[in-house]
Amino acid sequence: MKMRNLMGGLAALLLTSAWGTVAHAGMYDGVTVNIMTFTGPQIAEPLQRHAPEFEKATGAKVNVITVPFSDLYTKLLTDWSSGTNSVDAGVFAPQWMGDYIAGGFLQDISGWVAKDKDLAWDDIGGFFRDFSAKYNGKTYLIPLDGDFHMIYYRTDVLKDAGLAAPLTWDDYVAVAKALNGKDMNGDGTPDYGSCISKKRNAQAFWFITSVAGGYIQSMGTGQGFFFDPRDMKPLVNNEAFAKALAVYNETTKYGPPNEINLDVGDTRGLFVSGRCALAMDWGDIGPLAVDPASSKVVDKVGAAVLPGSKEVLNRDTGKLEACTAATCPYAIDGVNHAPFASFGGWSGGINANSPDKVKEAAYAFLSYVSAPAQSNVDVTIGKTGFNPYRTSQFKDLGPWLKSGMSEAAAKNYLGAIQDSLNSPNMILDLRITQNQKYQQVVEDEAVSRFLAGEIDAAAAMKAIEDGWNELNDQIGKDDQLAVYRASLGVQK
Amino acid sequence: MAIATTLPVAARAGNGFGDWAERHSGRIMVLPAVLIVLAFAVFPLIISAYLSVSRFALAPGGYKLSFIGAFNFRRLLVGQQQYHFLGTFSAFGPLEWGVAVLAAAALLYWLYSYLISGKLRPMGLVGRLISAGLGFGVVLLTLATIVAGGFPGSLMTTLVYVFVGVSIQFSIGLALALLCAQPIRARNWFRVIFFIPLMVTPVGIAYTFRMLADMEKGPLAPLRFALHLGEFAWATDPWSARLVVLLGDTWQWTPFMFIVLLAAVEARPHEQIEAAKIDGAGPFQIFRHVTWPAIAPVAATVVLIRLIEAFKIVDLPNVLTNGGPGLATESMTLHAFIAWRTQDLGGSAALGYILLFVSTVTCVSFFNFGVARARRYQ
Repeated sequence: MKMRNLMGGLAALLLTSAWGTVAHAGMYDGVTVNIMTFTGPQIAEPLQRHAPEFEKATGAKVNVITVPFSDLYTKLLTDWSSGTNSVDAGVFAPQWMGDYIAGGFLQDISGWVAKDKDLAWDDIGGFFRDFSAKYNGKTYLIPLDGDFHMIYYRTDVLKDAGLAAPLTWDDYVAVAKALNGKDMNGDGTPDYGSCISKKRNAQAFWFITSVAGGYIQSMGTGQGFFFDPRDMKPLVNNEAFAKALAVYNETTKYGPPNEINLDVGDTRGLFVSGRCALAMDWGDIGPLAVDPASSKVVDKVGAAVLPGSKEVLNRDTGKLEACTAATCPYAIDGVNHAPFASFGGWSGGINANSPDKVKEAAYAFLSYVSAPAQSNVDVTIGKTGFNPYRTSQFKDLGPWLKSGMSEAAAKNYLGAIQDSLNSPNMILDLRITQNQKYQQVVEDEAVSRFLAGEIDAAAAMKAIEDGWNELNDQIGKDDQLAVYRASLGVQK
Repeated sequence: MAIATTLPVAARAGNGFGDWAERHSGRIMVLPAVLIVLAFAVFPLIISAYLSVSRFALAPGGYKLSFIGAFNFRRLLVGQQQYHFLGTFSAFGPLEWGVAVLAAAALLYWLYSYLISGKLRPMGLVGRLISAGLGFGVVLLTLATIVAGGFPGSLMTTLVYVFVGVSIQFSIGLALALLCAQPIRARNWFRVIFFIPLMVTPVGIAYTFRMLADMEKGPLAPLRFALHLGEFAWATDPWSARLVVLLGDTWQWTPFMFIVLLAAVEARPHEQIEAAKIDGAGPFQIFRHVTWPAIAPVAATVVLIRLIEAFKIVDLPNVLTNGGPGLATESMTLHAFIAWRTQDLGGSAALGYILLFVSTVTCVSFFNFGVARARRYQ
């Protein structure tokens, strides 16, 4: 047994040393890497585009396997937990990595990253490098994307109407209401005040958190949004969440008629075709809006940090109270903003049980895609779905200007992301065991039923609270509390 | 036999294996098929039975299953997931109570008729009690979730897809079969055209129908604009969303009904039809007294096959609406699929077993009280 451990350690050491070497032609001849991600075109597109380049450079053949977003988590889990191991690497949500690591399926790449100069690890933003990529102090993922929810607005339409970009969610609703029904793209048909994806079983379930954030979290990232870190009590059955549900529901009135069945790709298409005055989305709309092939809103788009609230939740009473210097220490002009690092950015992880040579090639490919030479261009292309996550991508405007963005638009877009990234009151996405069930099942289902009119806000909040409590009891409340506290304790 | 008795003892001993093989040849021939069924049908059924009383959880190096008894079933029937599976109930008013009492009286009369029929058998009584119990449960559920103003769960949504969908598909399929059996021009061309949707993969059908049903950019969008229907979104209303799923399902499955019924219609005894015409019978009388008795056994069988298939509907609601708005279009299979997708393997297996029970009782009841009766015509 000892000898086997020794040999294993030796193999790991040899493998680790391999990462320091520079990839060269023929290095991975005969090696095939299967990488799974979600059905694109976003995210899959850059992987598919870089795969032939990588094969030419190293000899490794990279197959990009795509599955619907709602299946991605389970497909990877099933493949790895059943021992099939047909997937050598995955590009997925960082918040799922806890579940994969618990099963022993993800490769610890700490040593490999440390030796990989081409990856320019220190250029990756601190949040993505230290939170999204790490678990219990070890690095398991390579960030390929940076994710924050923001709002986008039509600068020309708001200016003509004499309206300012919304600072609070009440402002957002007022602007959406005022502009709903106006023709904003000159096609003679009325357009929409607000476009927010609200489709069930898709990528929409994060948006309610973005609306509720400013009402619930005000004392900094460590305060936590989803649960009270003192006792793991869900923070979803109170006046603040009720207010967020009301706002969220009201935005539907000023959106496309089938908004509750629209995925993010649909709302992005509507916004860049000039049909929406406001939209909430990740960073994707910025680059998409400057693509002359598909956009009717080139240089007509502003981006801003998520709106906030002048009232916040008193966690002891469950009531909303006006912001004070004590209760909203990070408020700007009396408005408490809580930007949501939703999703955390698509990141690549490697199957620990794949053959060593394949793992090596998989790592080399993910490192290649993440390296500044590739990623600094990719983040400026809308169809990649990759948003800025490296310091150099914020500092160097060159690639952005080259992509067609004006300097003012680039500064505005990157500024909105940086405002979110630098906020001391940023909301971290939920990263406890089986978080997918909490958000993608219980919360998504209750909010969808509420939006469809099946249940009222009180019933929706109770459904989420009961569902989350049941999951806590099933998985172990104390264990979940410890993991939750640890996730909030991460220093940005 | 006579030859065997004249064979010497040694000869019979020498052919011992041959005799044994001959004696057991039937069973030997069947054995491979039995083993295959055991491996691919019964074994998974047993494993999923175990899963339905277990909780799946990830553990270092793999996973662990913990026995939790009937928790998964309780959760669906009376617990936290009741709204999802059975629906949200509304209180009964006079109408609902009236219908419930009538349904109970009808079922009790049906059971009473069997008891006094003189054909009473223990298994027959048990079967009828199960069928009547399920039927009464479905009536109560319909009243509580649809008539009284509640919200149907995945069970009721599935039953709507099954009974409404199969009825529509049968009606259209039969009508098309009767039309195509007429001596009309381009008859074969019509047959091929009507049959095409069945040959397309179900997910392909679902995506095609999603494009067809897109009221913003789909082929029906100009109609909406021409009729000044304003902003219309079928996906936001529970019943219009279910209707679109039903339309898609009908589009896909009517050809199956059509092609089987067409074969049955064309196999009608033409002598009887000619005799009926000579006797002055009209088209309806010919259909009622000649065509229907001739095709009834085939019709009952094709409906039975379609019922079994319809209980498993998943592609269309998954692709068209992802089960939304809310839970409005979620079938039991989609419910189970979503549960499985989120590692709730126990809940998913429990749903699968309930689906097995409901579909088996429905289909056996239909077979005993529908197909068997239809065969009396033969």
